[in-house]
Amino acid sequence: MIDTDVLVIGAGPAGLLAATSAARAGVNVLLVERSERLGGQLIKQTHKFFGSRDEYAGERGIAIAARLVKETEEQAGITTWKNAAVAGIYPDGVVVIACKDSFYTVRPKKMVIATGAAEKTMLFPNNDLPGIYGAGALQTLMNVYGIMPGKRILMVGAGNIGVIVAYQLLQAGVEVAGVVEAAPRVGGYAVHAAKLARYGVPIYTSHTIKAAHGEEYLTGVTVAKLDECWQPIEGTDRYIAVDGLCLAVGLTPLTELCWQAGCEMRYVAELGGYVPLRNAEMRTTKPDLFVAGDAAGVEEASAAMVEGKIAGLSVAADLGCMNVTNELEHAKKQLSALRAGPASAKIRSGLSQILIGEVS
Amino acid sequence: MFNLRIIKHPILDFPKQEMVQFTYNGSSVQGVAGESIAAALHAAGIKMLRHSSRHHRPRGLFCAIGNCSSCLMTVDGVPNVRVCVEPLRAGMAVEVQQGKGTIV
Amino acid sequence: MQNIPCEERLHKGPVAICECLQSIPCNPCADACPRQAITVAEINDCPVIAADNCNGCGLCMLHCPGLAIFVVDHTYSQEQALVKIPFEFLPLPKVNGSVEALNRSGECVGLAQVIRVQKSPNKTNVLWLAVPHELAMEVRAIRLQKEQ
Repeated sequence: MIDTDVLVIGAGPAGLLAATSAARAGVNVLLVERSERLGGQLIKQTHKFFGSRDEYAGERGIAIAARLVKETEEQAGITTWKNAAVAGIYPDGVVVIACKDSFYTVRPKKMVIATGAAEKTMLFPNNDLPGIYGAGALQTLMNVYGIMPGKRILMVGAGNIGVIVAYQLLQAGVEVAGVVEAAPRVGGYAVHAAKLARYGVPIYTSHTIKAAHGEEYLTGVTVAKLDECWQPIEGTDRYIAVDGLCLAVGLTPLTELCWQAGCEMRYVAELGGYVPLRNAEMRTTKPDLFVAGDAAGVEEASAAMVEGKIAGLSVAADLGCMNVTNELEHAKKQLSALRAGPASAKIRSGLSQILIGEVS
Repeated sequence: MFNLRIIKHPILDFPKQEMVQFTYNGSSVQGVAGESIAAALHAAGIKMLRHSSRHHRPRGLFCAIGNCSSCLMTVDGVPNVRVCVEPLRAGMAVEVQQGKGTIV
Repeated sequence: MQNIPCEERLHKGPVAICECLQSIPCNPCADACPRQAITVAEINDCPVIAADNCNGCGLCMLHCPGLAIFVVDHTYSQEQALVKIPFEFLPLPKVNGSVEALNRSGECVGLAQVIRVQKSPNKTNVLWLAVPHELAMEVRAIRLQKEQ
């Protein structure tokens, strides 16, 4: 049995910030990551980030990841396990971790669940053909392994992920046949859409995929225009020959561990699915369990970093560290400022449904 | 088989790496030791990884980070290996899995 | 419509044109400017460029995560203006070569001569394109011609 002050589950931006914030305040942290690399999805983000200097705006995601990982490696008080997947959280507070063909039991005083989110898929005939990918999969192929995912790809979804990954496809030398978006408007930032438009990538709003085609792998899709009631319009079917289809249709929080631990959960569409109820300090209904990042609600990396910091400082405060109050209040203000604009209206609406205590 | 590896990228550096040999359904394929098996197959243009159990539908990569179970293959006789997170080693025998695979 | 500097300023020298018109939380352009010519008062505000303080150095263009800033210089020559665009693709065009000049919709509006290719350590390279004056507010991208 391994005893530790804090167990942080997941080493993406939220987990890394939670670990370094808690350790810097003076507590011992065990940081576990199921993959062999730290940094979460940041390691695939070749674009420059938004936000302010505090969130490393203007730096590429890959550079921010490297920076956060270096800070974690250099911070005293953090033990990091890679290739370590949390298999379960038991009612007595013991956590079982599977690592290198062995199981380890850990009894943390506090936990931060920062397990991120997973890709959603879409329903249409042949949606399971090889050649149909989630957006993260394309980023993994291109930006981690340096492999062209196909020759000609159609993107589905014009939220930020869709328009960002479509641009990354262009950078990898892939032809982007277009971006298909069911809503009448592009949901992602206008500047991302502009980068595609000026390089000739058509964005088809009010369009959807009707079916995919192919025998052993994808060879094309049929798209159709949608009316105001989201129904396909007769006679608007069009075949587009592609060898890849990217579904950037949203993420859903990975919250199995929250369910196991007995946190009170609620389905919130604006946050991507089921999320734990929590307060402004990221504490769930289980007093020793905190949550941060996309697992707390699908948002973006800058919010994940600040939430991780808040969770890390909060567990440190719980464990008796006296020096964290100012930093904690500053982080909460930072997060509110990030979420103040119209681009975050959906997030604010989602949070109002699960925030315990005062709205931050 | 053709090679889909990116040589020059405007943002990232992909240094040339040493290739190792492995097999896909008995045929020789090359890949980089340590990259995921799925990536190595993909670079060689191989996208079809298994057939589903009931309707024998072809399946390939979907999430590529170990969440979705679309990519399960039999590797060195061991079934249900998530090839998208399994690192490639020289000499691996990778096979298209039919259905659920046999453990015993 | 983006706030375009007045004619008088446009003919004084290079100036940055910011085409970021949506309220999103972002301000590295303001941080990057060595002359404090860009203001983003609250993080969700759109940037405002004080054209008279701006000297068209292009640092904001290098740092903008949305690649939404361009530099325009109408003093380049009698017939041509310089349009400087951020460019993050390979291959880079050849200096002195000509490329297809694309507008914001990706339509080819003519040819541009590549005057300079500035490689940036942060990988947002800058292309200096010579175009007819009347296209300076149109040209925002390029396509390499087939032979290149």
